[in-house]
Amino acid sequence: MLILECPCCGVKAEETELSPGGEAHLKRFGPGSSDEEFEAYMFARKNPKGVHFERWRHAYGCGKWFLAARCTATLEVFGTYPAQTSEPPADIVAKIKAKRPDWKGYK
Amino acid sequence: MKRYSVFAIAREALRYHQGWERAWKSPEPKKSYDAIIVGAGGHGLASAYYLGKNYGITNVAVIEKGWLGGGNTGRNTTIIRSNYLQDPSAAIYEKARALYETLSQDLNYNVMFSPRGLLMLAQTHHEVRGYLRTVHANNLQGVSTEWIGPGRVKELVPIINIDGPRYPVLGALYQARGGTARHDAVAWGYARACSAMGMDIIQQCEVTGVTQSNGVVTGLDTTRGHIGCKKLGIVVAGHSGQLAEMAGFRLPIEAVALQALVSEPIKPCMDVVVMANTVHGYMSQSDKGEMVIGGGTDGFNNYTQRGSFHHIEETLRALVETFPMISRLKMLRQWGGIVDMTGDRSPIISKTPLGNCFINCGWGTGGFKAIPGSGWAMAELMAKGEPGPLAAEFSMWRFKEGQFIDESVAAGVAH
Repeated sequence: MLILECPCCGVKAEETELSPGGEAHLKRFGPGSSDEEFEAYMFARKNPKGVHFERWRHAYGCGKWFLAARCTATLEVFGTYPAQTSEPPADIVAKIKAKRPDWKGYK
Repeated sequence: MKRYSVFAIAREALRYHQGWERAWKSPEPKKSYDAIIVGAGGHGLASAYYLGKNYGITNVAVIEKGWLGGGNTGRNTTIIRSNYLQDPSAAIYEKARALYETLSQDLNYNVMFSPRGLLMLAQTHHEVRGYLRTVHANNLQGVSTEWIGPGRVKELVPIINIDGPRYPVLGALYQARGGTARHDAVAWGYARACSAMGMDIIQQCEVTGVTQSNGVVTGLDTTRGHIGCKKLGIVVAGHSGQLAEMAGFRLPIEAVALQALVSEPIKPCMDVVVMANTVHGYMSQSDKGEMVIGGGTDGFNNYTQRGSFHHIEETLRALVETFPMISRLKMLRQWGGIVDMTGDRSPIISKTPLGNCFINCGWGTGGFKAIPGSGWAMAELMAKGEPGPLAAEFSMWRFKEGQFIDESVAAGVAH
């Protein structure tokens, strides 16, 4: 069972307490952007087999959104961090690099 | 290929069954082919079969990283139906359902198609309205479905509880010619027919790269060496994103796990397929007597072919409410598959940014029922280089244009 520690309230929450929210760190596009940008924002996803950064909500807990780094090929969780970031924090990236030396990095 | 027939059984019975030949050959890959299809599941093999049968292209290889039919073809709940609302989906699924009717004769392989009838229960007033609309749409599309009341539902499914306290059964969308088929046999039958046409089915051969020059695919790097090709078809379901990345383009696809399970075998108790989409579960009984059960997908990206336990619990809870007599059944096996979900939950059968590369993916949670139709449309696309009427609406660029095929085409349950 998937267990994520909510960085907002500190609870180690198991899956039934959480709602998945899809890929994290999407750049938003709105009115005035091109069709390609808007399509990419709405539908194109990295969908990697490996390290994935994603949004979760502690739905049946504190109710707050947060972000998690997780491996989609093994379900290993590398860590969670607050949602108020535009890219993964350095300590999480370092942790992933230590465990996955051939990971190509975020971007 | 020696034909299977009653005479073949009699002949072999007289010589201790020594004369049966291998159903398909297992050749070494050639240097190059006119067309390569990646993925020897139902959709890939059907694409190859109709390339040969409808267009005479037989210098074809179907390559597979695992074993034939070992992905979602071997992991589904084998339901076949075509009761969709939107015209493009009704057309391709009805084509598939119609091909299933005579597939055993066509392939000379018993796929055990069983048009036993299929019910989609309406358990809210919104669902009643939705299904009445679907019935009217189906009548216009030439898909034979009807609306039936709760009394008729109880007649068809005596074990159902139509007066559930939460979600009573208010009626059902009934497709009398929907049903099930033997999933492995579909893959095996297509493989045998492809092999008989001289195509190479190469298992245990993983693609590691797509070689190209000037925007055209020249071949594939694989774990068994480089194989050249003039045309490439990517039909790999859950791993479509990986293959697209190797080819250098992106797809509007996310991979998630979908689970299914079967109970211990019991005596025949239900001879139709029942889907209950409000409470989120569907069930049929296999020829062995097992109740075959499916539900919804997990919500997060996953490539591990195993899903979350609480989804099984939710599915069973819903089905126990609908069929109280299954509450004491033990569950025998459970498994998961990786399905490729698109933004509008409808498939993609499309050209790609590479001139001679075509993709067939995004079948999500409902690909098995579509296998013959999908193969038919993909073969037309690969042979002519342009999509035919079945595939035209399923372009991968529909997301940019906003031309969605707006229904949950797959299992019809809200994912």
